[in-house]
Amino acid sequence: MATQTATPSTRRAAPVRRGSFGRWAADLGWRHLVGVIFVVFAAFPLVYVVSASLAPGGTLTGSNALFAAVDSANYADLGATAFWTWFGNTMMIAVVTSLGTVLMGAAAAYAFSRFRFSGRRVGLTSLLVVQMFPQMLAFVAIFLLLLGLGNVVPALGLNSRVALICVYLGGALGVNTFLMYGFFNTVPKELDEAAKIDGATHAQIYWTIILRLVVPILAVVGLLSFISTFSEFIVARIVLQSESNWTLAVGLYSWVSSQLDANWGLFAAGAVISAIPVLVLFLFLQKYIVGGLTAGSVKG
Amino acid sequence: MSSQLTTQRVEPEPAESPRTSHARTWSAGFLAKLALLAVVDAFGVYVVLAAWNERSFGILWSMVALLAAANYVYFSKRALALKYILPGLAFLLVFQIYVVFYTGYVAFTNYGDGHNSTKEQAVEALLVQNERRVEGSESFPLVVVSDGGELGFAIVDADGDVEAGTADRPLAGVDDASVDDGVITAVPGFELVDRQGVLERQDEVTALRVPVSDDAEDGSIRTTDARTGYVYESVLVYDEAADTMTDTTTGVVYAPNDDGQFEAEDGSTLAVGWRVVVGFDNFVTAFGDARYAQPFVAILLWTFAFAILSVLTTFLLGLFLAITFNEDRLRGRRIYRTLMILPYALPPFLAALIWSGLLNRRFGFINEVLLGGAEIPWLTDPTLAKLAILGVNLWLGFPYMFLICTGALQAIPGDVLEAAQIDGAGRVRTWRSVVLPLLLVATAPLLISSFAFNFNNFTLVYMLTGGGPRFADASVPLGHTDILITMVYSISGIDGNAPRNYGLASALSIVIFVIVGTISAIAFRRTRSLEDIN
Repeated sequence: MATQTATPSTRRAAPVRRGSFGRWAADLGWRHLVGVIFVVFAAFPLVYVVSASLAPGGTLTGSNALFAAVDSANYADLGATAFWTWFGNTMMIAVVTSLGTVLMGAAAAYAFSRFRFSGRRVGLTSLLVVQMFPQMLAFVAIFLLLLGLGNVVPALGLNSRVALICVYLGGALGVNTFLMYGFFNTVPKELDEAAKIDGATHAQIYWTIILRLVVPILAVVGLLSFISTFSEFIVARIVLQSESNWTLAVGLYSWVSSQLDANWGLFAAGAVISAIPVLVLFLFLQKYIVGGLTAGSVKG
Repeated sequence: MSSQLTTQRVEPEPAESPRTSHARTWSAGFLAKLALLAVVDAFGVYVVLAAWNERSFGILWSMVALLAAANYVYFSKRALALKYILPGLAFLLVFQIYVVFYTGYVAFTNYGDGHNSTKEQAVEALLVQNERRVEGSESFPLVVVSDGGELGFAIVDADGDVEAGTADRPLAGVDDASVDDGVITAVPGFELVDRQGVLERQDEVTALRVPVSDDAEDGSIRTTDARTGYVYESVLVYDEAADTMTDTTTGVVYAPNDDGQFEAEDGSTLAVGWRVVVGFDNFVTAFGDARYAQPFVAILLWTFAFAILSVLTTFLLGLFLAITFNEDRLRGRRIYRTLMILPYALPPFLAALIWSGLLNRRFGFINEVLLGGAEIPWLTDPTLAKLAILGVNLWLGFPYMFLICTGALQAIPGDVLEAAQIDGAGRVRTWRSVVLPLLLVATAPLLISSFAFNFNNFTLVYMLTGGGPRFADASVPLGHTDILITMVYSISGIDGNAPRNYGLASALSIVIFVIVGTISAIAFRRTRSLEDIN
């Protein structure tokens, strides 16, 4: 459509419908042109990687003719590698981390939103300060901490997926508490007060009333946490040392960094499969994600 | 206290005092809590015992404190808010706050290769590493034995008795061992390793040292041929009273210095040192030592340029697209939008790796197909590599900016625009004076976090260029596209590609934190996003 619009707009000499065409091009036509250009810009690496994953041979050079031949060998070959182990590790770590993040973040946000206690303001402010020091900056200290912990409890030491989850959960309160805190504040307090009068305990109010009302923000936080854990590299790289414990980020990096040319087809197939869970989640839930991203800021 | 009396009555009473805690009734919730805390306590006690075994008192006392806090919080009536905060807080304290402070501590030490343990361990390591065969010492017939996979030696000592031991267990006499013509043929408690087995584990055998006794100064047995053992003794002697090391061959005396090493009078030092606090030495090295200072300045400037340009380019493109598609009459808006969001939905590490293939000099799609075989060194020329990184980050980042700009534009109330129109403002004027300020107010906090994010955008740089191309001065593993965080990673040596220097790496982490923290704090204060903490 855009190619059609581009040509008429350049030669405006056409006597008939001149006004309407010119106007259409000035109003809407150029928008379609921009749209097509940037859709191509946004999508071509993805199209390329899908094509590369289907190219037989699996070298970088062999992947340059888009969809010249279609062959599922690369996908089949993944079975002979540690790819599916990494995939399982990543899913396990990301799911557990996002569940933990949601539970801990929601509980903390609830406390900050509903209770008035000494240290509340200080607590909120310190959370804001702490999250300015991202965990990745402290990777040396994380490494040394796990080295020490591992001597005592091997399950919490280096090369343990549980330890990695614990490290990720260390960042659960940071930014998420704020995101949820704002949302919890929008749930009217009269609701819990009414429930309290009816004889509900704090735990009942929290689990059966509040949590149900804030499901949208729980979904957003869980999702963002899932996505960021899924792609986290530096801490995973330091903590997970043996190949069978690696996540996708660490594993796929090792393929590309070691022998770019030879492993390219395998990598492309792995990349397509790895991208699918996140891509699908994202596209289905983009409305909520966008809402969640902007909710915190547009308000201020 | 009065509530304790009512706890015995289980029947629900509407008139029950509201101060009665549900913690004192045997409800399902209480039982669940009890069970959970029992699990937590059991785990905690296990950790405490294990820490006691390992003499890790830091871990031991932290765990005791955490356990005490957990039990107090969940069984007390007072700490209601903490009940909700504690789980997250515990993780936050251990894996974030402690780690931040520990980074601060390490930044002031010389922790790294050659300085990675305590003084006692360093002394022991020095004694072991400097062992030499005692000149003219007698030799012992020896066989290699194994105890459940762990290798050891058995020897026939000067008295004709058999002694055996492993790396962890000093030699000890073995009764009922059989010796046939000076060759040991059976050692109770061990299996003999045959010739083939020795050949398979040759490196282990030649590296193995079995202490003669518990005292490290008595030396140890080593072998080169798996048939004969010799006594090796350390050429160094540690004098505990004087706290000095003496080299018995040269007579040189080494005394500990401030840098955590043994140093002789002529200034020479022994290889293994220990961790000491060195004050601001690491910071001085970062800013003053020519090897680090020059790359550091270049990297600092590039980090700022990268972070600022990334925010700027992605924001401008995102804004442009948001304006373009903020037009109700445009058909297919949603399709355009969905397709354009794709890069944002792709895990960033995949994007960086895919682009590293696309931009490959010889085989990459960009050079080979789009540019017809031009071998443009996108990732290996200093300037082009920087452009490539900015370009890929533009690809990765514009959808996010597009989304938030769209959101912000749609949030601008229509009546404000109408009012501007009535006041006679033209399209451009309305834009400059009304829309843009409102848009910037709304997006400013996100732009700040985007700056902070890109300042530490490790994944992109590490996966796309690995920091390369390298600086001409190859003494440090740094390159033209390294940003501060990748510099920290390289210098730490944590991946084994460079000597480990945890102290310097932590010092640089602190520097990054101070930079990002200061900028964010100033910016946030300006935009007053702190306002809604009431």
